[in-house]
Amino acid sequence: MTEPLIELKGVVKRFGDNVVLNGVDLSLYRGEVTTIIGKSGTGKSVLLKHIIGLLVPDAGDIFFNGQNIQTLTREERRALKMKFSYMFQGNALFDSMTVYENVALPLKEKGRTPAPEIEEHVRDKLAQLDLSGIEDRYPSQLSGGMRKRVAMARSLVTDPEIVLFDEPTTGLDPIRKNASLAMITQYQKAYGFTAVLVSHEIPDVFYISQRIAMLDQGRIIFQGSPEAVQKSDLPLIQQFIRGQVPDNIRNALNEL
Amino acid sequence: MMDVKPLRQICRVPRLPLFFFGKAPNLKHGKVLKIAFLCISVKVFALHLGFTQRLVSAISDHSTLLDDGIGINRFTKNQARRLMHNHYRAQTLLIELGRAAISPVQELGRAAIFFFHGVLNLFSLPLQVDKIVDQVYFIGAKSIFVICLTGAFTGMVLGLQGYYTLIQFGSEGMLGAAVGLSLIRELGPVLAAIMVTARAGSAMAAEIGIMRISEQIDALSTMDIDPIRFLFSPRLGAALISLPLLTAIFDVIGIIGGYVTGSALLGISPGIYFGRVETSVLMQDISGGFVKSFVFAAIVATICCYQGYTTHLREDGFGAKGVSFSTTSAVVISCVLILVSDYVLTSFLL
Repeated sequence: MTEPLIELKGVVKRFGDNVVLNGVDLSLYRGEVTTIIGKSGTGKSVLLKHIIGLLVPDAGDIFFNGQNIQTLTREERRALKMKFSYMFQGNALFDSMTVYENVALPLKEKGRTPAPEIEEHVRDKLAQLDLSGIEDRYPSQLSGGMRKRVAMARSLVTDPEIVLFDEPTTGLDPIRKNASLAMITQYQKAYGFTAVLVSHEIPDVFYISQRIAMLDQGRIIFQGSPEAVQKSDLPLIQQFIRGQVPDNIRNALNEL
Repeated sequence: MMDVKPLRQICRVPRLPLFFFGKAPNLKHGKVLKIAFLCISVKVFALHLGFTQRLVSAISDHSTLLDDGIGINRFTKNQARRLMHNHYRAQTLLIELGRAAISPVQELGRAAIFFFHGVLNLFSLPLQVDKIVDQVYFIGAKSIFVICLTGAFTGMVLGLQGYYTLIQFGSEGMLGAAVGLSLIRELGPVLAAIMVTARAGSAMAAEIGIMRISEQIDALSTMDIDPIRFLFSPRLGAALISLPLLTAIFDVIGIIGGYVTGSALLGISPGIYFGRVETSVLMQDISGGFVKSFVFAAIVATICCYQGYTTHLREDGFGAKGVSFSTTSAVVISCVLILVSDYVLTSFLL
């Protein structure tokens, strides 16, 4: 088995008394799409934020190419950050900038790409996500699904090596959803990028990802190929991928 | 006048017991007041007593506990429980005390680091000229009207007050000196800074605060864009450019305002008024005023951006409430610091 690109070992994160991650061990491999599934509120977004360094673990280590990212110098950390891209669950679009400025910002601020090239690049990305013609609008003037796609365009515009998508397709219609997921696959084929998805789109994510990891109560209770997930006999996983309502909730509902 | 005298008398310390137990003083609603006052005093006294007792017992228990080592075996269970409870309370008290002492210093340190980070990034290449120009437009150009308005009325009221004060000494000819010096040395820099805080500072705090709570600042750092460089440095640079210029406008308009009331309305000769302004104002007054406005610009930009930037760390409110508190404290802290640093600077400059 090849060396993992990113490896989390025993990552613990608490917010006050609330233990969100309780010893997460997870390996992400180069060129693969890994999807993290799990119930809402189990800390999937928190896990992603640890990978990109927005949050620092209380205990445990994160390795990139076998190197602990806590020990990197500032320059190395910046170089590492350049390879990453992050799509926020809440989009985090700059609401006082137009769609065009939003998507162009990561390129413009780096100052390495000449302006005409930036424009071409941005228009390409917007066209791929079926967003042409809204360049001059502001995020608040767009529908929820459009904002999601603008956020996706912004996260892909720098052609990153590793992209972390936090619920990239939630709230999209079936056609746009499939287009977005297909785009992730296309990018993976074209650029060989590594992607980490947090998604509830079961079973769609099984078709596009090479690895599935399930997070429950602050731990990764399963990681493996999509086939292995579907064959897994862990009751929690079966319950989750079939969307079964647990007995205690069902009983509570029956009492209404 | 009859009502006032007894009130004064009862306030004297020796007569205070009489207020409680003696005849009702010659006062309307005397009885109600008396009872209310009595209740409040008893309550305050009881609270004070209870607190002192608890404090003393907590601290003494704490020290015995420390002296003996944790000698819990020598106590009954209840005693030990009480001891541990007091020990814990004393510890909490000390922790609270320590926290109250450390956190302002820590906050000050964070703000200072934020400021220096911003200053360094102001000059780091590539210079963010277009962003600074945008901010100069917002902080400077858009403030001109309100600065002119406040400057004119400040000068006019100075002219009015100065005239009626100076005429008592027959020296109303000095009005130009009074208006010019007080504006250029003090009122110009201070009032211009306060107006900029109110107009632009609050906007900075709110804008950056909203960016913080909607994860836009996190988004910047994931794109490897330094948020302090991107958000704070241009605002700091623009404030440093704009505020001295706004102060100059404020001074000039203020002096003209003084002319309007002093000369045009109250009849001092314009030649004497402007002549006095010219002869009394020295270059060092003007440069002192400018030093002040530079310092105030740094204070306003730093405090307002810092408050917005740390909205997510606030403990008193989250989300929209957090932004509102950040904006409030940005304006309040800026105004207080402007006045405090004005005193400090004046004592050095004079």
